[in-house]
Amino acid sequence: VIGLWSVPLLFALPLALGILSLLATPAWRPRTIFVGLPLLATASIGVLAGLVRDGPSVYALGDWLAPLGINLVLDGLAVGMILMTTLVASLCAVYARVYLRDYPAATSFFWPLLWFLWAGMNGIWLAEDIFNLYVGLEVMGLAAVGMVALRATPQALAAAMRYLLAALLGSLAYLLGVALLYVTYGTLSMAGLHEAATANPTTHVALAMIILGLLLKTALFPLHAWLPPAHGGALTPVSALLSALVIKGSFYILLRMWLVLGPEVTPVFTAQLLGVLGAGAVFYGGWMAWRQHQLKQLVAYSTVAQIGYLFLFFPLVTGTGPEAARLAWDGTLMIVISHALAKGALFLSAGNLILAVGSTQISHLVGISRFRPMSLFSFGLAGISLMGLPPSGGFTGKWLLLHSAILSGQWWWLIVLFLGGLLSAAYIFKVFRMSFREGPQIDRSVTPPLTLDVTALILASLAILIGLTAHLPLFWLRLGSVFGAG
Amino acid sequence: MDWNALILFGVLASSLVASAVIFLLAESRHATRTAFNLAAAVLKLVLVVWIIWGVYRNIDYELRFTIIDGVDFILRADALGMMFVGLSSLLWLFTTIYAVGYLENAPNRSRFFGFFSLCVASTVGIALAGNLFTFLLFYELLTLSTYPLVVHRGTRESLRAGQIYLYYTLGGGALLLFGVVALHVLVGDTEFVPGGSLSGLDPSLYPLLVGIFLMMVIGLGVKAALFPLHAWLPMAMVAPAPVSALLHAVAVVKAGAFGIARLVYDVYGIEFAFSLGLLGPLAVAASITILYGSLRALAQDDLKKRLAFSTISQVSYIILGISLFGPVGTVGGLVHLLHQGLMKITLFFCAGNYAETLGVHKISELDGAGHRMPATSVAFTLGAFGMIGIPPMAGFISKWYLGIGALEAGMTWVLGVLIVSSLLNAAYFLPILYRIWFRRRDRVWCEEKVVGRFETPMWLLLPTLATAAAALIAGLLAGMPFSPLYWAELIVSREYLR
Repeated sequence: VIGLWSVPLLFALPLALGILSLLATPAWRPRTIFVGLPLLATASIGVLAGLVRDGPSVYALGDWLAPLGINLVLDGLAVGMILMTTLVASLCAVYARVYLRDYPAATSFFWPLLWFLWAGMNGIWLAEDIFNLYVGLEVMGLAAVGMVALRATPQALAAAMRYLLAALLGSLAYLLGVALLYVTYGTLSMAGLHEAATANPTTHVALAMIILGLLLKTALFPLHAWLPPAHGGALTPVSALLSALVIKGSFYILLRMWLVLGPEVTPVFTAQLLGVLGAGAVFYGGWMAWRQHQLKQLVAYSTVAQIGYLFLFFPLVTGTGPEAARLAWDGTLMIVISHALAKGALFLSAGNLILAVGSTQISHLVGISRFRPMSLFSFGLAGISLMGLPPSGGFTGKWLLLHSAILSGQWWWLIVLFLGGLLSAAYIFKVFRMSFREGPQIDRSVTPPLTLDVTALILASLAILIGLTAHLPLFWLRLGSVFGAG
Repeated sequence: MDWNALILFGVLASSLVASAVIFLLAESRHATRTAFNLAAAVLKLVLVVWIIWGVYRNIDYELRFTIIDGVDFILRADALGMMFVGLSSLLWLFTTIYAVGYLENAPNRSRFFGFFSLCVASTVGIALAGNLFTFLLFYELLTLSTYPLVVHRGTRESLRAGQIYLYYTLGGGALLLFGVVALHVLVGDTEFVPGGSLSGLDPSLYPLLVGIFLMMVIGLGVKAALFPLHAWLPMAMVAPAPVSALLHAVAVVKAGAFGIARLVYDVYGIEFAFSLGLLGPLAVAASITILYGSLRALAQDDLKKRLAFSTISQVSYIILGISLFGPVGTVGGLVHLLHQGLMKITLFFCAGNYAETLGVHKISELDGAGHRMPATSVAFTLGAFGMIGIPPMAGFISKWYLGIGALEAGMTWVLGVLIVSSLLNAAYFLPILYRIWFRRRDRVWCEEKVVGRFETPMWLLLPTLATAAAALIAGLLAGMPFSPLYWAELIVSREYLR
């Protein structure tokens, strides 16, 4: 019963709160979280409970069956993404409530945008047909662009404009692909496409459009140029939300489409190409991150690099054995989730360090380890996961991917995983090296409010913990997928 | 979870909790921090003694849970692991006492002691790990927790050393990870069992197994400072003395040597490793390192640098013992794991005492130190005699068993290596002793500090004397129950007489 009420609530509630907060006075807008966060947390746990008790299901909105009504998919993957979103976005919201006190102009629009963003993301996770995926993608993308513009400096507006163009172009390409598929097969539903789709030129053109659009939105190398200014230049809680969650939205659609179309339609060549682009992202992003002088730019380029790992999924799952494919699925989702936690933590703690020293320059962090150990500690914990060192979610994910690569005989991906890990160590320790240097003897740095440090620390600790307790989440995520036990 | 698993977890948790509490305590709460730290160290030691007694009576201590399908997190107390745990928890207590004295009035003590405890927790995790996955987990955690200790002083030089340290250890860790995953693909979860678990594999896989072994030995050899992977160790000397002591005697280099022991005995199995022809090259690599380290030590004037090169040489005795096929050689290698720890920590404590009390860092400035600091100098002498292998010090026992083991394994050339290296040990330690005891002081000390009634603060002196006494007793009473030698023989009997 809880499960049934939870599903519509997951996107109706953020939508309603978004509209309500637009109507409310600015002072009341942050207070929407007192309603929103507990209810969304309950609803998320509700769908998880439903999944564990009844197994994966399809939920018909308002009891109207497709093609008239809208079907929502409630499998392990969707529920996993919902829980991830609730967790990360809630902590970012708590952080933002304190952080944005210094930005009175931004705060009044942050809250409506946050709720619309949330509604868009939950819409994507739940959508069963490729058109509603598009709707979710647009809502999420536009809200995200608005959030980047919140800072209202010329640089922020330029970054937002660039982001807007990339987002619109991306969703346009995606929509064209969707239209082609609809014209060819007369269905928009995933299940219908799974039955109907065959390998022919039209399908491949549609697939190419969809992939291109989604790559642009996911900022996969070499289509990443919009990401560092947008993510690195935004207000800290916005950066965290965008890097941790928003880029996963378009990746999620690609992942679903790839599996729905199945091995008959998805070419091995394309899969390998996606892997190669992923490898390029890992190397280029890591290299660029290491070269940055601004802390948040470094973290943003780290996202460019980490996106690369996700795309190793395609070559590892296409044309390989069932065991290698299952490991690739487990590993990729482990990285998706642990990256969300770790990157959220990394941005939030980077924001705290910037608050403490009053500068965005990495070189100004000299000696900060003595005065702000807690902010640095969260940064370090999150860094461990991003470097893929144990014990952390990043490590467990990397382990699974390595396993899958060896099992499928694709040793070249091993090199990507190894060098990528060492590169990320290089840029994470660049920050540490600076902060361990002996600097001023007197504490002149600002103390960030405790809430800011605590939220970052919680996210970072979760990124570590999920590595040690990956068994159960991975089991849930497999429910209802082709890799599930049943 | 049963009681035994809980006690086992307590050994790990005692230093993990200590680390967390120390991080949270304010920098100025020195007394609370010291009290808590020492209490944790003592508690850990009590638990360890309890488990050692249990392992002796063949009681199983195991804690496991599933991380992902086919991969378990396993902590298990066996005789080999408890040897390492015993060493590290004993020396943790002494090093903590020493560090409290050493860092009096120094900044950043909260950070230092927090990572210090984390470092010991990783070492204990390495020792108790029941499979390769768990081992790897703590092995990398050790890298991360020692980095802040190496760069503790925050000078340009120490940051540089930290960077080199990371290059080596993270690179080595990546190779180790590759080996572990590859073995995992071949045989599934590789739990440590005496005699190994690989001998049943298809002979067509043997070349692959040799390759994996090589890769993992390189990964572990970085921490064990095997030539030519040793360069980070002398550089890491810029760290404070207690860190050097811990790195050289307990934590990092020992983790590498212990890992090689696990790999040979409990993953491949010594007989299988011998039949694959892996032990001969390992013995050669260890011998080269032994001679190289000693030769380089001769040329150093900086006391800590000379000790560092001596460590490179001495740790390879352990690896040499592991690579000798036969029970006596194994005893020699394993017992040296303990003996070297006791002797080397004594020497580093002494070097720290000289530096702190007299401001002396160079060997050429040590003239007459024996008259000014007799107790420290006696401890140094005992440690140095042990390193040379003069009876009845602990080092003699190690070398004796290594020599007989080499003869038993039919590798007579190893005997030559042992003799030459003992001569070199003498050549670089005896001149120091000569300067300390027989040269007269003709000028003032570099920066002499007079503190209290004794030659140096008790916090520094007591641990030094305690570890020196332990190194002496380990040699004198080697035939008694629960001596290092006794325990090494117990391990060997469980390994060879399955």
